[in-house]
Amino acid sequence: MLLSLFANLLGKLSLKQLPHDPVTAVGASMIVAVPILLAILLTVTKRWKWLYREWLTTQDHKKIGIMYIIVAVAMGLRGLADVVLVRAQQALASGNSHGILNASHFQQIVSAHGTIMIFFVAMGLMFGIINLIVPLQIGSRDVAFPFLNATGFWLFFAGMALINVSLVIGDFAATGWLAYPPLSELAYSPTVGVDYWIWSLEIAGIGSLMAGVNFIATILKKRVKGMKLMLMPLFSWSVLGSMFLVVFAFPILTVTLTLLAFDRTFGMHFFTSSYGGNMMMYVNLIWAWGHPEVYILVLPAFGAYSEVVSAFARKRLFGYTSMVWAIWAIVVLSFIVWLHHFFTMGASPDVNAFFGIMTMIIAVPTGVKLFNWLFTLYKGKLNLKTPLYWFIAFVVVFTIGGMAGVLMAVPPLDFQFHNSLFLVAHFHMMIVSGVLFGYFAAITYWFPKFFGFKLNERLGRYAFWNWLIGFLLAFVPLYILGFMGATRRLDHYSASLGWQPLFIVAAIGVVFIIAGVVFQFLQLVVSIWQRNNEGMSHKDPWDGRTLEWSLPTPVPIYNFARLPIVSTRDAFMAIKKAKLIDNRPYEPIEIPKNTPLSILIALGAFLFGFAFVWHIWWLVVVGFITTVLSIIVRSMDEHPTRLLSAKQVEKMEQSYKEAAV
Amino acid sequence: MGDLATTSLSIAKSNRKIEQIENDNTTLFGFWVYLMTDCVLFASLFATFVVLRNNTFGGPTGAQLFSMPYVLLETMALLTSSFTNGLALLSAQKRKVKQTLFWMGLTFVLGLTFLSLELAEFHKFARMGDSWTRSGFLSAYYTLVGTHGAHITIGLLWMAVMAFYIFKRGITRVSLKRIRMMSMFWHFLDVVWIFIFTIVYLFGALHA
Repeated sequence: MLLSLFANLLGKLSLKQLPHDPVTAVGASMIVAVPILLAILLTVTKRWKWLYREWLTTQDHKKIGIMYIIVAVAMGLRGLADVVLVRAQQALASGNSHGILNASHFQQIVSAHGTIMIFFVAMGLMFGIINLIVPLQIGSRDVAFPFLNATGFWLFFAGMALINVSLVIGDFAATGWLAYPPLSELAYSPTVGVDYWIWSLEIAGIGSLMAGVNFIATILKKRVKGMKLMLMPLFSWSVLGSMFLVVFAFPILTVTLTLLAFDRTFGMHFFTSSYGGNMMMYVNLIWAWGHPEVYILVLPAFGAYSEVVSAFARKRLFGYTSMVWAIWAIVVLSFIVWLHHFFTMGASPDVNAFFGIMTMIIAVPTGVKLFNWLFTLYKGKLNLKTPLYWFIAFVVVFTIGGMAGVLMAVPPLDFQFHNSLFLVAHFHMMIVSGVLFGYFAAITYWFPKFFGFKLNERLGRYAFWNWLIGFLLAFVPLYILGFMGATRRLDHYSASLGWQPLFIVAAIGVVFIIAGVVFQFLQLVVSIWQRNNEGMSHKDPWDGRTLEWSLPTPVPIYNFARLPIVSTRDAFMAIKKAKLIDNRPYEPIEIPKNTPLSILIALGAFLFGFAFVWHIWWLVVVGFITTVLSIIVRSMDEHPTRLLSAKQVEKMEQSYKEAAV
Repeated sequence: MGDLATTSLSIAKSNRKIEQIENDNTTLFGFWVYLMTDCVLFASLFATFVVLRNNTFGGPTGAQLFSMPYVLLETMALLTSSFTNGLALLSAQKRKVKQTLFWMGLTFVLGLTFLSLELAEFHKFARMGDSWTRSGFLSAYYTLVGTHGAHITIGLLWMAVMAFYIFKRGITRVSLKRIRMMSMFWHFLDVVWIFIFTIVYLFGALHA
């Protein structure tokens, strides 16, 4: 039996799996072309060694943060390309016209859009910003587990690679972004698409779990002396809440995906429509992860808004204590609302009523946060820059989307809206304004900390207005369409329904969003261009209140040469006001050595996942052994850190001071 | 001046020691957090099992399959291994290398016994035609119990690597920290098994 497993060397893989239709072929060749172009660029500029030493093997949380964001931005472009196709199809495919995509291809693109945007864009931006900011805000020299952190990133990268490989070889799930069975079972999705979906998320999900463990330990154990929990900046508080959710929710995802994989690969019957499977178990499990996931994404963005609002109102945050309690209320409540995603399941009215009421209650702590932010702005000396623009847009859009959510929390009403475009409009309004706008604001706010210059304000505002107008044009029509009965994931509809004009408006919205994205890239390029202009470069450009702004730019590898003295909230503001000058002697600092083992672990995981997708059993073994051996080799390393002497630290600090002058 | 330099150097040294101890505590704490994630993982599998336990689709029920004396034997092997594992930790804390290796070895043998018994049971069921493809109940049974078995396998591998490490390097600060973590892991698996014993086997046998 073992022999027969190994007999077929390539499993289900063959040349026939390469793309044939033109749209996929273009996408696939882009996926192939980008790494090749990058490789050529690296070779020409002789930067391979630099890449390896400075980035691929790094254990520095700041560099890992930047890599997360780069991956997220690249994936954002892919997710945007997907949505262009979706909007074009829906604007065209009415009546006799069948648009540009066939039904199966359209469904794959919709699924890819959702999966990529949540797992690789929103999660990527989130972990990127957390990596960059949290250790600095809590006055720590490093994260608790740098190796685990780097491994988590590379697993995220491996998952991202796998989902992109699916565009080149084979196909992707045509099941929607959560792949409900029985549609996602082998009987109805016989190709490898769902397997790609499973293994990509499985690997990236385990990476997220590692990051979750790491940041809980970092925040609870690595705060500088004197920073009691209730003195901690709100961004770090939000991250702590979010990471608790990661730790309690992501194992459920891991299990759910594994069970589906067992059904598909080994012929088990967890969610099949016969043999005693129960597909509603899947839907319960996936949402027991999925609903907390929404708050995992949004809490750190809320935290970023808290920092932005207080910095740009030049005031301390209103209602700090209530903000902290609101975070924890959200953390707890987010675990008891999952059933509102499927009121139509047929649970008893009592069950539906319970989850409906819980859903309405979770809006309360969110409302508390909104009011606190607004009260912070009230009578503040507003510094009206782009981060604050994103915030104000968020307040308006999030409130509209949130009210639509409370509407849907009423089970009888939800029976009308379930699976309609009304729902699609609702959750995009929540996630785009709550998460994406939040991270845009965060990036604009913290960018100068890491690169030493501000982003161009005028272009940032152009980007903002295009985004906002495009966003409203794209999603307000979907509310109306939802009321008219349009369901989600429609690849074609009858002309007599009269939906086409609204779909065309939504498509025009996407054009504005693209313009917004173009302005964002222009903003980056122009800002780099003008980085030495007057007023652009500054160590503490927004008169920051929290510890990250006390550090030189770029931030040294050990973050704090002298650990800061903290006795109040807004610790850096207190230091500035007291005009404290710190001249304690420097001390030796332990920093982690670079290692390629994180990448090797992730490479093993990638091979494992890829081989599982194609049933190449020998490669499954190879991937598994690669991962296990890398872990063992790491455990044998007696000196994973190196020591910078006090003299070296002094010298490095001196060079930063000179650079600043 | 020279005096001041040596004093500040020794302060720095003792500061580093404190830092190391703090780092070790952080690692143990992080391992606790990891164990909680594993706890959620098993909780999801238990929930799935409980939902699917009556979905036998004409196949055998738990009462028809399980032999309680056999499961008791498995359980005793695992519980004893937890005891010997505790003895290994105690010897390690006394820095006794040989004793530590002996108790770890015994733990390994008992763990391996447990695993073999479990695999033999799986094999027996499968040969009778009751493999995981038979019904939703059996899928959930094999997956829940098998996931525990997979954890035991990882624990055994870990134990082997650790024994090699101690053999080569003796009991250091690092190896003691790791023995503590492994001990937590092993006890955790014990607790999970108690739940499997109760929910899968005992309740299964009761529901005739």
